[in-house]
Amino acid sequence: MAEHYLSLFIKSLFIENMALAFFLGMCSFLAVSKKVETSMGLGIAVILVQAITVPVNNLIYSLVLKEGALAWAGLPNTDLSFLGFISYIGVIAAIVQILEMTLDRFFPALYQALGIFLPLITVNCVILAGSLFMVERDYNFGESVVYGVGSGASWALAIVALAGIREKQKYSDVPVGLKGLGITFISVGLMAMAFMSFSGIQL
Amino acid sequence: MKFLRDLLDRVHPHVSKGGKYEKLYALYEMADTLLFTPGDVTQGKTHVRDGLDLKRLMFTVIIALQICIIMAVYNTGLQANQALTGMGLGEIEGWRGSLLSALGVGFDPTSIYDNLLHGLAWFVPIFLVVHIVGGFWEVIFASVRGHEVNEGFLVTGMLFPLILPPTMPLWQVALGVSFGVVIGKEVFGGTGKNFMNPALTGRAFLFFAYPASISGDQIWTAVDGFSGATPLSIAASGGLSALEQSVRWSDAFIGFIPGSMGETSALGCLFGALVLIATGIGSWRIILSVLLGGMTMSFIFNEIGSATNPMFALPFIWHLVLGGFAFGAVYMATDPVSAAMTQKGQFYYGFLIGVMVLLVRVVNPAFPEGMMLAILFGNIFAPVIDHFVLKANIKRRALRHA
Repeated sequence: MAEHYLSLFIKSLFIENMALAFFLGMCSFLAVSKKVETSMGLGIAVILVQAITVPVNNLIYSLVLKEGALAWAGLPNTDLSFLGFISYIGVIAAIVQILEMTLDRFFPALYQALGIFLPLITVNCVILAGSLFMVERDYNFGESVVYGVGSGASWALAIVALAGIREKQKYSDVPVGLKGLGITFISVGLMAMAFMSFSGIQL
Repeated sequence: MKFLRDLLDRVHPHVSKGGKYEKLYALYEMADTLLFTPGDVTQGKTHVRDGLDLKRLMFTVIIALQICIIMAVYNTGLQANQALTGMGLGEIEGWRGSLLSALGVGFDPTSIYDNLLHGLAWFVPIFLVVHIVGGFWEVIFASVRGHEVNEGFLVTGMLFPLILPPTMPLWQVALGVSFGVVIGKEVFGGTGKNFMNPALTGRAFLFFAYPASISGDQIWTAVDGFSGATPLSIAASGGLSALEQSVRWSDAFIGFIPGSMGETSALGCLFGALVLIATGIGSWRIILSVLLGGMTMSFIFNEIGSATNPMFALPFIWHLVLGGFAFGAVYMATDPVSAAMTQKGQFYYGFLIGVMVLLVRVVNPAFPEGMMLAILFGNIFAPVIDHFVLKANIKRRALRHA
């Protein structure tokens, strides 16, 4: 069992890397990767939110939305999965708000460090994608916890690496037309090419 | 030499600023500094103590590559001639065949002369295409953007043919070197400003764009229709026993095995490693830690074992001599531009590469060889590794003086 969870974690971290294999969360991936420190802040925030929302959405899906999930309320034939998107988004927004208030009240230092990134995460596609992949692949609760942490960490890993490269690129002499986002896109493409070393690994 | 100097001096006014051929200055500068030591001296308060410039640094790498190049040529011919003898053929088709028979060269695998010339017939076209096409891009960028034609390209141009299989179609070679030089290096501003090794970037591009001409069993020997698996894919399918039946370790060490042209000879890489370490140009920390990383990971795999995957049982001593492990560790991972810069970071960087090579080779059934992708993977994380090593150092020193 532990082996299964470990391979799921490795798979979500490297093989199915959210940023470099699926190209999800590109907006903040490109916008917030100028400095290693800030990108680490965002990365940690994503891991945190992902690790909470994926399991919670898993519960919502398996206890409320899935076909036959409402059997306990006397509605065995109801299929609410068409409400999936709106429920997951709602849950994500609510959890991010609650998390923000909790951090503000109890961990002010962490709250300061995460700053604006926490509310930003509500609209990060990685978070929604995590929940949708979880539903599509039919993970159980344990798996969704592992998958949440792993996929969040995969995105954090990628953004920190990109930030390192972009800090180094300050010394590059990029042609004028490619300065800024242009060269970043090229860098991300090259990074994705190196990450293809994992494609094909069966776990 | 006097004649050359005079010629260059005569040309100089035309290409310097305001001259008629101002745009071609990059070309002039390239020829001038290649032939003569520049006359520039330091002025002001800073003073250069060592004459080690980029040009000398890159030339040392090229000297270190010589044995690998000779082995590449010889082994390409040897493999092809062995295959021809095995198939009972006395000659080859195409322009290479006509050329070789016009020169009166036979196809006898026991004759060093035959092997060398047959190898040259495959190596030289690729080498020329790489230098002409790559040089074209280099000069275009240098003259448009006004930087010097850099010797970094010479190293890329030497390394790139060596990591290709001999049968690579020449137009794909041209495409690969264009991608490597332009996207891998020049868009970032040229030598020293890229973050991934240009030669490997070009090869990775070819690997994913044209997998049929850079992987499989058909391509490693320069004979039409001959199918010979690389020792690594033999090991991946049959395990250690199948490997030991088909190749001797000493042959793999010297380089008499099918594979990418220059990668087969661990002996040549050993020579290169000695030259690079003795001159201080290649980082011994990186080479050592790549070996350590590979060793650690192969011990772990040997211990875990696997009933279905025979690669788990392959000992490190074989991993070292097969495929591009030695070549990559010595020439590619130590690339001073794309590797980690801090000394402590170089250990982490090398170790990461060593671990990744074994991971890809053993666990990933899609790719039998992992050195190229492992080094690119290491290149991605090198800046972050440096960042954290620097931060840790700053913190340690701040605490000491707090």
